[in-house]
Amino acid sequence: MSLLNVCQLSIRYGNVAAVDELSFAIDRGESVGLVGESGSGKTQTALALLGLLPATAAISGSIKFDGEEFVGASERAFDKLRATRVSIVFQDPMQALNPYLRIGEQLRRILIAHNIATGREADGRVLETLKAVGLPDARRQSGAYPHQLSGGMRQRAMIASALITNPDLLIADEPTTALDVTVQAQILELLDTIRQDTALLLITHDLGVIAGHCDRMLVLENGCLVESGATPQVFGTPKCAHTVSLLEAAPRLKQNVAPQPVSGEALLSVDGASVSYREPGYGRLHAVKGVDLTLKKGETVAIVGESGSGKSSLVRALLGLVPAEAGALSFCGETLSREVRSRPQQTRRELQLIFQDPAGSLNPQMRVSDIVVEPLTVHEPSLDRRDRRERVIGILEQVDLGAEFLERFPHELSGGQAQRVAIARALIVEPKVLVCDEAVAALDGTVREQILRLLQDIQRRTGLSILFISHDLGVVSSISHRVLVMYLGRLVEIADGGTVFNAPKHPYTRALIDAVPLPDPEAGIARSSLSGEVPSILSPPTGCAFHPRCDFAETRCTTDLPAPTVIGATTVCCHRATEIDLQL
Amino acid sequence: MSAAIRLFRRTRRNRAVSVSGGILVVIAVLAVVLPFVSQNNYLDTDFDHILKAPGFVGMHWFGTDDLGRDLFVRTMMGIHVTLLVAIVASIVSLVIGVFYGALAGYIGGRVDAVMMRFVDALYAMPFIFFVILLMVVFERNFLLIFVAIGAINWLDMARIVRGQTLSLREREFVEAARLNGVSTARIILRHIAPNLIGVVIVYVTLTIPQAILVESFLSFLGLGIQEPQTSLGALVNAGVNQMESAPWMLLIPGGLLALILMCFNFLGDGLRDLFDARQHG
Repeated sequence: MSLLNVCQLSIRYGNVAAVDELSFAIDRGESVGLVGESGSGKTQTALALLGLLPATAAISGSIKFDGEEFVGASERAFDKLRATRVSIVFQDPMQALNPYLRIGEQLRRILIAHNIATGREADGRVLETLKAVGLPDARRQSGAYPHQLSGGMRQRAMIASALITNPDLLIADEPTTALDVTVQAQILELLDTIRQDTALLLITHDLGVIAGHCDRMLVLENGCLVESGATPQVFGTPKCAHTVSLLEAAPRLKQNVAPQPVSGEALLSVDGASVSYREPGYGRLHAVKGVDLTLKKGETVAIVGESGSGKSSLVRALLGLVPAEAGALSFCGETLSREVRSRPQQTRRELQLIFQDPAGSLNPQMRVSDIVVEPLTVHEPSLDRRDRRERVIGILEQVDLGAEFLERFPHELSGGQAQRVAIARALIVEPKVLVCDEAVAALDGTVREQILRLLQDIQRRTGLSILFISHDLGVVSSISHRVLVMYLGRLVEIADGGTVFNAPKHPYTRALIDAVPLPDPEAGIARSSLSGEVPSILSPPTGCAFHPRCDFAETRCTTDLPAPTVIGATTVCCHRATEIDLQL
Repeated sequence: MSAAIRLFRRTRRNRAVSVSGGILVVIAVLAVVLPFVSQNNYLDTDFDHILKAPGFVGMHWFGTDDLGRDLFVRTMMGIHVTLLVAIVASIVSLVIGVFYGALAGYIGGRVDAVMMRFVDALYAMPFIFFVILLMVVFERNFLLIFVAIGAINWLDMARIVRGQTLSLREREFVEAARLNGVSTARIILRHIAPNLIGVVIVYVTLTIPQAILVESFLSFLGLGIQEPQTSLGALVNAGVNQMESAPWMLLIPGGLLALILMCFNFLGDGLRDLFDARQHG
């Protein structure tokens, strides 16, 4: 008999069905992936399994766990089950862990609350679990507060807290969405190895995550199960149109339409950009150290790296939002001031920015029409009301939004619509350069595809230059003419898109490529050839900053800073770039 | 449809605002109009009816106090004075506090540090000492009460607004505006202030009761409203002394004071929802 048997489960809020007649089963030790876009009912299903649905939800159908019925069970019965048999790992460990308790104490309290172990025994078990999830120096780390750990370590601690009771079923709700791609690969690998006979329900919007890690998968659309089956089978011969569109939207490293290299004068360039911040108690924090960058007309340059690599600081320095400490900025052949305030109005108009969090970049108290029109009121104050309105409607049409959006507030928009509004606001003054700071990281796969295609369209029509920041090589592969890889504030490798993806020259670039979860079970699990996490930028390693995580490191890598060398079409900063073969 | 009409329609739909706001308006209007209907005035002593219970004898609808003065007219006058003090003092603290706090928070850095240390220094000054000082300099003046109460309350308001502004100015929509060269004044006006309204309104509705209580405290010390003029706070004070012999002297102004404070609290909650774009579709 199956461990978990869900039969005709429906969850309704008033007249809206969040989940509609969902049926599936999970066997002991099996790993099952639950895929769908936001709003498809994945998380609602998980909450129902744990009895955590809000009181306003009407639930019907049956959830049988090891023969016990969950639907309609009392809170007390759930408490017992949640204690020992079913656990959950949430998306954001910072939200899920108590910020006032040390990691070890949080885990110990779980054991004590459920009468599993006390005293010395509990302490021992806590350490054992923390070691098992790969927390280095577990004894010391168990005394740390959540904010003192890095994102990856926090998620490991979260997994430890879920596994410490030795549950039969582990539910992981988007466990890696908030993490860097490289760390994501490590966490997924950890979930594979650590759970032993624990069954896993892995909830995600990213098909690449499922591909290497789940035996079976279920695809949800609007609360309905549209496809299920063995993972290789679903990926190989998807039956449902929705699955096909999800598969198409998943990131791949192949360049579908290889963008033609762009020639011509540099539009925006910076030589030896450095950015540093004052960090109380540490002196100065050097976020960017001597990076060169040029952007030509009609070109897309991607800046890639893990969090803390300095990519956001670099573009903020270009935009003048953070003053660059050193470096010669130039735009259209003229020197560019380091502060946005002292730049001429015309220059400010030419450089526009869109952000990662579409909702956060729109003022919640303003209507779409007011949001989009604002740059126009600054740059073309002579326009009268009617002209402005026409311009707003025109630009909204360009981003595929109709006039019916004019009067809406940001909270009435979906993530994709909000990002389109942000793009409209940036493009209404017809800039020459658009900077996208992780602009699609917060969006669902299909919506991400749409936004990327929209940006490419606009580029083709208007010759817009785009600087695209991302931590995920999979996202940038299809749109970038050139890719610049950064690590701990320094340039690691820069080359045109095709070269970077087919023949990376730096071990770090190769590791980033490996970490991209491909939607292809045949390709196997994304290998986490990259161990550990980005070291603190406050005390970067000597020599080549990447050497502690590099498989090819030699003695000179620990002492000497590698100078940029040109190999073919690539500029790379690695002592051993010519010796090692990183071909895919 | 114009913004004003839209706001009016939403106001009517919002029961907290329409009911409590309605009650407050009715009370305020009655407090101004009704004294003219009564044959008594707030000053005259009726020696035949001292400590008279409420009724129609001598048209003392709310009874009389220990000096035989008509409580109905005096209560209406008290409401009048109390509302005026509370609203004016709150507006004073609102304007100074929001402007000061938003400026300090938005500019940040050294300017912020200096501005907020000044606030700390004012906090350290004993309030009563401050009021007495003002009295000595400007002599007794009705206006002084507004100034004194407002001058105390804006300190809290400035701190709250500054804290909110500090987090708001890091938000991405502010960065987008900065990038386009939108002026500081416009950013504060268009992007910071509207997002402060929720907190500010709730805080103002907390300051109004506070201002009413401070005013009655000042009156008690002889620093506020001077006899024979009166306020609700002063009436309640007088009522406490006669609680056993003439309970109406406490219950009537006390009840009205409670009703007014409650209305302001509901009004605050309602207004917060009304001004929050996220609350309406």
